[in-house]
Amino acid sequence: MTDLLTPVLSARWGDERAWKLGNYERTGGYAALRTALRMEPDEVVALVKDAGLRGRGGAGFPTGMKWSFVPKDNPNPTYLVVNADESEPGTCKDMPLMMATPHTLVEGVIISAYAIRARYAFIYVRGEVLHVVRRLQQAVREAYSAGYAGANVLGTGYDLEVVVHAGAGAYICGEETALLDSLEGRRGQPRLRPPFPAVAGLYASPTVINNVESIASVPSIVTGGAEWFSSMGTEKSKGMTLYSLSGHVKNPGQFEAPMGITLRQLLELAGGMREGHELKFWTPGGSSTPILTPEHLDLPLDYESMAGAGSMLGTKALQCFDDTTSVVRSTLRWVEFYKHESCGKCTPCREGSWWLVQILMRLEAGRGEPGDIEKILDLCDNIGGRSFCALADGAVACVTSAIKHFREEFEQGMHTPAWELLPYERSTVFATGPDTPALGAGTEPAGGAR
Amino acid sequence: MSTNGHTNGHSEHHFTTHFVETGGVDMAVTETALTEAHLEEMRQIAARYPQPRSALLPMLHLVQSVEGRVTPAGIEACADVLQISAAEVSGVATFYTMYKRKPVGKHHVGVCTTALCAILGGDEVLATLQRHLGVGNDETTEDGAITLEHIECNAACDYAPVMMVNWEFFDNVTPASAVEVVEALRAGEPVTSTRGAEITSWREAERVLAGFPDGRADSGPTAGEASLLGLRIAREHGWQAPPVGGEAEPEEPAEVAEVNAEAATGPSEPDSTRREAAEESTEDARAGDDAERPADRPGEGGKR
Repeated sequence: MTDLLTPVLSARWGDERAWKLGNYERTGGYAALRTALRMEPDEVVALVKDAGLRGRGGAGFPTGMKWSFVPKDNPNPTYLVVNADESEPGTCKDMPLMMATPHTLVEGVIISAYAIRARYAFIYVRGEVLHVVRRLQQAVREAYSAGYAGANVLGTGYDLEVVVHAGAGAYICGEETALLDSLEGRRGQPRLRPPFPAVAGLYASPTVINNVESIASVPSIVTGGAEWFSSMGTEKSKGMTLYSLSGHVKNPGQFEAPMGITLRQLLELAGGMREGHELKFWTPGGSSTPILTPEHLDLPLDYESMAGAGSMLGTKALQCFDDTTSVVRSTLRWVEFYKHESCGKCTPCREGSWWLVQILMRLEAGRGEPGDIEKILDLCDNIGGRSFCALADGAVACVTSAIKHFREEFEQGMHTPAWELLPYERSTVFATGPDTPALGAGTEPAGGAR
Repeated sequence: MSTNGHTNGHSEHHFTTHFVETGGVDMAVTETALTEAHLEEMRQIAARYPQPRSALLPMLHLVQSVEGRVTPAGIEACADVLQISAAEVSGVATFYTMYKRKPVGKHHVGVCTTALCAILGGDEVLATLQRHLGVGNDETTEDGAITLEHIECNAACDYAPVMMVNWEFFDNVTPASAVEVVEALRAGEPVTSTRGAEITSWREAERVLAGFPDGRADSGPTAGEASLLGLRIAREHGWQAPPVGGEAEPEEPAEVAEVNAEAATGPSEPDSTRREAAEESTEDARAGDDAERPADRPGEGGKR
């Protein structure tokens, strides 16, 4: 039986200047790289496969298996691309990791690139996080100076270039094929698959794309071994992982635990929901994963259990909303996000998200029309699964799940504005209690965002 | 290129587009601050990649750092260096939210209004700033100091509501603390990010994003309070990952409530206090951690 929390990736986050190479090395950093370089690349792939590491970016695909799909007879060079475009609403684990211990990622990058025989590795980090970019740039420079990257890594004859590449503001670039287009200097729009990136990715060459947390987990697997890693977690969801608690919880934050901890356990650690309020709904892994309710509190937060509940583990971004929150409002805001972020390639997503916003706006304002809910569900039916990538699926998942669990609240939207039903001021963190006499309570909000 | 749909203050334009956010680059402006030295830097960026076109995004960040927006001359320069058409560059420049077609003020202030931040107070923060500064979305104050924009999720949800200044984190903001920050920025007073460096300017930030470091990576804490919460609780209970190559010792009984009482000092305090508390406790964590660190890393012995 493992402990309730198992800090590995986050173990150094409390250290002074943990982002510096010297401090990372003093606590065992880059020992895993030396171990890996003494192994054959295929042995490293086999080790990660045996460990059972699954992609931490949302889809949960086995990382080692992804690596093994890289063809060995392809004449083009192989590339490693790290998806550091963390943008899924609610997701906030990769940024603190790269800010605190960028070398954990850089070491993982070098080991992983060695395993797949890549000579070039890119860290595609979203542009809107300046300080994270600074720390990454510096870590890569330090790694070059120490001989961990560049020509002839640690005298082994292995050459590796590592490039930190800042994006420019587009959620869609977190989708792996859109990321590749973006990294090629184009508009970030998804590609049709097949061919899969492992065969024809960056510059139409074999490419492995992994999430930050997946790659950052690799050094610990090399050090600890497959058995050590898989001794944590559940049968099919192995290892430790970062769970991010946010919203109306008393103490939001990051919790590194074995796969399969429950939200009830995490909430206890976080001090519960804020005083005087109860959990109303939550997302297991960002806004693209169907919302769940208190009845799901005791489900293990692993890939299988979340799928079994009709949702997805996603990025383990647990956004918790209390009883002051209007579901209609949160749904509208999420759909507005997808509307803004739709790349425009596929008509159902591009147009459908606009239509959904318009209908949800009138429901929020209490001016819904008869048949609106059915129309929304019909639209969702024509958006989800009918576009190139999963953005469209995410855009409708929050809508259909909200209607499934809280249909009556959408029905109220036929006659009562959401801000009268559930005054918005009471949902803010500045609200002092459940009965905060809200300034201008029950009036239409300023809505500066539109 | 047509300027249709781009409202730039001229009253005589006849075409009004429904797609107000998709206006093109204003090609009427031809002056530029780009010099041969900047073109050389663009070539340096291109040399980082196996194929030069991959450099386009960082090159456009560089254009913004020099020009204060994406200019026609900047587009032409990128096209020249990469040997692609200006239309191809424009197509990219108009796709990404961080590229600005109107001049940006000295500082860019973004308030997150995606669902979680909006609900936790981001809407009030944005509305307050708009009233206070007298600007609408994506508009710049008359003194040119602040461009205010509502932004989408910035990956700091455990610090909601979140505000970004020149893409640096301002965690747990309130309407009042946000006003304080913008007032200090307008007055030219030093302002420091909650988890980052002292604020310089939007243009200097853009230069870093182009891949030219500003030497400020060592500013700020290792992590903020929320990032450290799980680690701190694990320490209090002696919880850790299984030792490498050994049997785990029996678990100690856990008293969750105690830890919670302590951890609660952060997020329920007023903002300024909270930030100080966060900094203090980060210091504490640093001081306390150094001695005991190596023991709980895999491969470096068992439990402490």
